[in-house]
Amino acid sequence: MRKPLLKASPADVEKDASMIKQKQMMTAHYDRLTNAKENGDKVASTFVPGNLNELLMCFDLVNNLPEVNAIQSGLRKQSGAYIMEAERAGHSEDVCTYVKSDIGMMMKGNIGPNGKKLPDPDVLLLSYTGCFTFLKWFELLREQYKCPTIFLQTPYVADGKVTPNMIQYMVKQLKENVIPVLEEVSGVKFDIDRLREYLGKSAKAEDDLVYILQSGKHVRSPIDAYFGGIYYIGPIFGAFRGTDDAIDYYRFLRDEVDDRMLKGLGPVTPDGPMGEEKYRLVVEGPPNYTSFRQFWKMFYEEGATVVASSYTKVGGTYDYGFRHDPDRPLETLAEYCLGVYTNRSLPSRIDMLSDYINEYQADGLLINSIKSCNSFSAGQLLIMREVEKRTGKPAAFIETDLVDPRYFSAANVKNRLESYFQMVEQKRSGAGAAA
Amino acid sequence: MTNPTTSEIVARCQELYEDLNFTTAREWKAAEAGRKVIGYLPVYIPREIIHAAGMLPLGIMGGGDNLEVIHGDAYYQSYICRIPRSTVELGVTGRLDFVDGMLFPSICDVIRNLSGMWKMLFPEVYSKYFDVPQTYQDEIGGTFYMGEMNEFRADLEKISGRKITDEALRNSIEVYNENRQLVNELYTLRAQKPWLAPASEAYLVVRAGLVLPVEEHSVLLRQYIDAAQSESRPIKDNSRVVVTGMFCEQPPLNLIKSLELSGCFVVDDDFMLVSRWLIGDVPLEGDPIYNLSQAFLHHSMSTAAKYEPNEEEKGQFLVRAVKETGAEGVIFASTSFCDPALLDRPMLQNVLKAAGIPFIAFKYAENSGQMQPIREQAGTFVDSIKLWSAA
Repeated sequence: MRKPLLKASPADVEKDASMIKQKQMMTAHYDRLTNAKENGDKVASTFVPGNLNELLMCFDLVNNLPEVNAIQSGLRKQSGAYIMEAERAGHSEDVCTYVKSDIGMMMKGNIGPNGKKLPDPDVLLLSYTGCFTFLKWFELLREQYKCPTIFLQTPYVADGKVTPNMIQYMVKQLKENVIPVLEEVSGVKFDIDRLREYLGKSAKAEDDLVYILQSGKHVRSPIDAYFGGIYYIGPIFGAFRGTDDAIDYYRFLRDEVDDRMLKGLGPVTPDGPMGEEKYRLVVEGPPNYTSFRQFWKMFYEEGATVVASSYTKVGGTYDYGFRHDPDRPLETLAEYCLGVYTNRSLPSRIDMLSDYINEYQADGLLINSIKSCNSFSAGQLLIMREVEKRTGKPAAFIETDLVDPRYFSAANVKNRLESYFQMVEQKRSGAGAAA
Repeated sequence: MTNPTTSEIVARCQELYEDLNFTTAREWKAAEAGRKVIGYLPVYIPREIIHAAGMLPLGIMGGGDNLEVIHGDAYYQSYICRIPRSTVELGVTGRLDFVDGMLFPSICDVIRNLSGMWKMLFPEVYSKYFDVPQTYQDEIGGTFYMGEMNEFRADLEKISGRKITDEALRNSIEVYNENRQLVNELYTLRAQKPWLAPASEAYLVVRAGLVLPVEEHSVLLRQYIDAAQSESRPIKDNSRVVVTGMFCEQPPLNLIKSLELSGCFVVDDDFMLVSRWLIGDVPLEGDPIYNLSQAFLHHSMSTAAKYEPNEEEKGQFLVRAVKETGAEGVIFASTSFCDPALLDRPMLQNVLKAAGIPFIAFKYAENSGQMQPIREQAGTFVDSIKLWSAA
């Protein structure tokens, strides 16, 4: 049996063994990325929602994700300076801070998390999926990098159902616009059997990911599906979907989660194993990354575990049954993009969140509304009211930002959280009294 | 019958503009049993299909600066633009209770999400997110767009209970071709002799087309153009500017007037793009849906809500607008928190820099009340243009 906990650097942070493993994977990936030019590898930049990693691998392209780079800059407390740099260059204070962090990082030499310069991309795969900003972000990068830019439009699933017109549109784009340019840039001929093989591997890892995320249904959840969830989704939302590494990682993580469940343990936090599980929450919206640990602490110190979250579905809604299907390689890529959380209609999002509250036996819904992310944020106040009405569980609203430290007010967030936990208590005691 | 004067026409248009109960559209609907009204938000929808269904397309451009938003603010955080909150206000206060359907064009994530909110808030009303292609090849984006338009056509047939024939569509295309020609004629007149058709007037005249039946609007446009050309107005020593970024949430009328008062002749703009979206006439022969699709793909305006596949073309529409209208500078006026306009702005500014075209930028909201800073900024811009020109 693997030891579930390891001490990792820095000395006061505790991590699961799986976190350590993931860190090794990420380090290797960033090393491959930053050494790409020396090794003769070509680099494709693309986005997490609508990430077509299996397809990129068919062309031996290394996947670079500017969103993930911005997150890394946020976690390393560098994004604030990058954002200011971009604003000084004329970018508005009102727009997405991932974009400004990325552009600011580029202006400051594009140094990656491993301290080495990230290579200029050979191709931009603009997978326009669930977020309008993507469209402009890569127009901005194209202006700088002057490299081929492939556009793939994912129609918005506004009525809650994917239509044949949507699938045909996407498959045609893949065949006519995406694959030919990837062949040209990489010099590698497209091999559909190679794609099938990667898709099969994706599906295996996806099975384990779903098992892990759904372990939050256990009362005394072995995972935190928001803060911990960020780690769980890392490989599959990033550059590892379709690889043996991802299969191994999710198998390893599944064992770890099983072990915790067997022992009746909760999630592992940066301060060690979580104490008593007092509150079970569903969270909507991305986290704040500039004060990630401090933010998480506000939850675990109060005994609050996030048992399900919508953010862990931005790179795919696997828990709703989707698996990459090697028998329908291009169609499955289309369906994957169409199904990601931010490409779903507001009513579908309400359905999902209400289901999570019921199925995960949660005490309520917490919305972390992100100042610079309209894709998530516009409509969240209606989501809050509607989920509250449907489930009878209390909901609350906090406001932060992705990677802009100016919009994280710790005292404000903490106050709101404390009030919310009191509200949950009152609701419980009210329900108890009524019974 | 004598032709009305510009001030008479403008006064009527201003009444329509200020009427947040949409009385004219209500009256149109009430005049005949079974009539339907379909609302739409910026930037573009093919109004021809609604017209061919015998329905009235009704442009909803938010609530402007005359609407007090009380309920709408409860649906949105402070960092989201104003048009969705004032549109919700119009809805929940019953001002749109006669509208049988609402269309939310693909423009940004806020309007996109509003389409879902509308379904939740008004479940009895037909509401549709109107998707458009961002790829412009006939077999790819064109086929997708035709599919979307045919789906919409079928939805309207269900609502009206009658078939939309190709013949009806061709007739509607012809009617809108004429309307666009007149709008373009007005824009040309304004570019050539801006003192005869000031932007604040032209704005109201074009905006009337969002609430009036198109045939009536075409008559009104003709009357205004004829009246403007026949009246004598003093020529001012203003500078010609193009304003851009106002394609969704509309500026308060006072903002346009303030630009004029500060010495600008607005000779081109992107207000209410739906009125000018398609460039040139849509052909009448052949499949009307195909023709509308072709016009969208190959002959439509550029705006921040669209992807520009050709980097060389990025922002060139502004350079062309400056050249064609003889403008001396560009004013970037963007709504606060507007992703498309604000993300696009640095790229467009780079293009203008390369072309040696001066510009300034500011932000506004549809209910902006303080015009003094804008007047000062625009006035300084005009002064500096004159200085540069003299040099």
